[in-house]
Amino acid sequence: MRARVGFFIAMAKDKVLILDKEGMARAIMRIAHEILEKNKGTEGLCLVGIRNRGAYLAGRLGKCIETIEQKSIPVGILDITLYRDDLTLISAKPVVHKTEIDFDINDKNIVLVDDVLYTGRTIRAALDALIDLGRPRSIQLAVLIDRGHRELPIRADYVGKNIPTSNNEMVDVHLEEADGSDEVLVVEKNP
Amino acid sequence: MSAWNKKDLLGLEYLSKEEIELVLDTAASFKEVSTRSIKKVPALRGATVVNLFYEPSTRTRVSFEVAAKRLSADVINIAAQESSVRKGETLIDTGRNIQALKADIIVIRHSSSGAPNILARSVDISVINAGDGWHEHPTQALLDMFTLKEKLGRLQGLNISIVGDIAHSRVARSNIWGLTKLGAKVIVCAPKMLIPVGIEEMGAKITCDIDAALKNADAVNVLRMQFERDEKKAFPAQLEYFKSYGITKDRLKKAKKDIVVMHPGPINRGVEMSSEVADSPNSVILEQVTNGIAVRMAVLFLVSQARGAQPLLQE
Repeated sequence: MRARVGFFIAMAKDKVLILDKEGMARAIMRIAHEILEKNKGTEGLCLVGIRNRGAYLAGRLGKCIETIEQKSIPVGILDITLYRDDLTLISAKPVVHKTEIDFDINDKNIVLVDDVLYTGRTIRAALDALIDLGRPRSIQLAVLIDRGHRELPIRADYVGKNIPTSNNEMVDVHLEEADGSDEVLVVEKNP
Repeated sequence: MSAWNKKDLLGLEYLSKEEIELVLDTAASFKEVSTRSIKKVPALRGATVVNLFYEPSTRTRVSFEVAAKRLSADVINIAAQESSVRKGETLIDTGRNIQALKADIIVIRHSSSGAPNILARSVDISVINAGDGWHEHPTQALLDMFTLKEKLGRLQGLNISIVGDIAHSRVARSNIWGLTKLGAKVIVCAPKMLIPVGIEEMGAKITCDIDAALKNADAVNVLRMQFERDEKKAFPAQLEYFKSYGITKDRLKKAKKDIVVMHPGPINRGVEMSSEVADSPNSVILEQVTNGIAVRMAVLFLVSQARGAQPLLQE
């Protein structure tokens, strides 16, 4: 995977590196500080990552928060496949994975975590999925990248980096856990 | 992971190893839904599932109904004995009428082997086999395999014994197809007259000796004695069966200590197994019931997804 990514950077001039490993680590650490500032500590605070990359990011945010506050907070994983509004529109059939939230979300302050905020439909589905599990006190949203083009009235509370994009570009978030490297690229879609 | 492209689930004979694994993995994800306080996800909202049962069944029908409802589908139950079938309507006409009602999935139970295959060819909507004659009962075998995988961590290389009325059992046939495809070794055990001709060609070994069947087994799947199906009265005495083939504490002493004991239900206590065994820690009979919902949710979801995505796939 690492070799393939390297190949693309070298070969394609329509690939632009937006965030490297260090930049990503700094952005995640800053978001962790912002979450703690806004919530005044870790009391009642939980992180819920949206599969797949949001789950890894939530794990990293959880570690950052633990480093800062010397307290660990619950981190869960949400699978939103069953809540998507486009199940019949996509030809590549999504595989249903487990939702792993082993703590009570009632009356908690939940920070939803995802890699890229785009149309807002994923977040809409995640809100439905989360509310089916209980009644949190609040739900906030943290994303690594906000690329614009919202189709629903949804905004993020914490953003790693805002990237203005066009609709025929793709934002590729690579994470060590899934892809073997930490970086964010903007890629021109094939015409 | 491979994708699912079949609009129907007719039997495990027709599925690849990868497709069976996909159902089991999907079921593992669905199991969590039944542990929530709100036991419902919107995946099949607006879809209609028709349970078309030509044979009496409570547990399979209820399991399908619960599964469909946890996916937010609407469920209609048709017991054929009370329907137009009595007035002479054919299976194909019934199917086409259900399709004309704009239903999305038919779950069919029929006493004739192959009836679901005929129905699936006659309609464009999805058909799921909930047991046909002595042919197949794929969701039962899938939930048995799911339970085994959950208990033992794998299926590859396991020794599974199936004990009881093999001849009249669609559960046995589906289990043999599925287990052998996933690399388990299957032994069927029954009195000679209850072993059908040609069963070894499906990949199962045969024994008439219950102790031999239990000796190295990681799990034993005990089938129900179907006295109501035994028109020829091939097997005279329930007590005699229990003495020679019933699973008892004494018999299990010679087996592996943590052998998994399964039964598709309903149990005839004191015929296929003793109450002591049915209620022992080795028994996973009630877990099978719980897992049945997850497996049927997975199947309902996968067949509906296959159909929904078909037009786009052809682009």
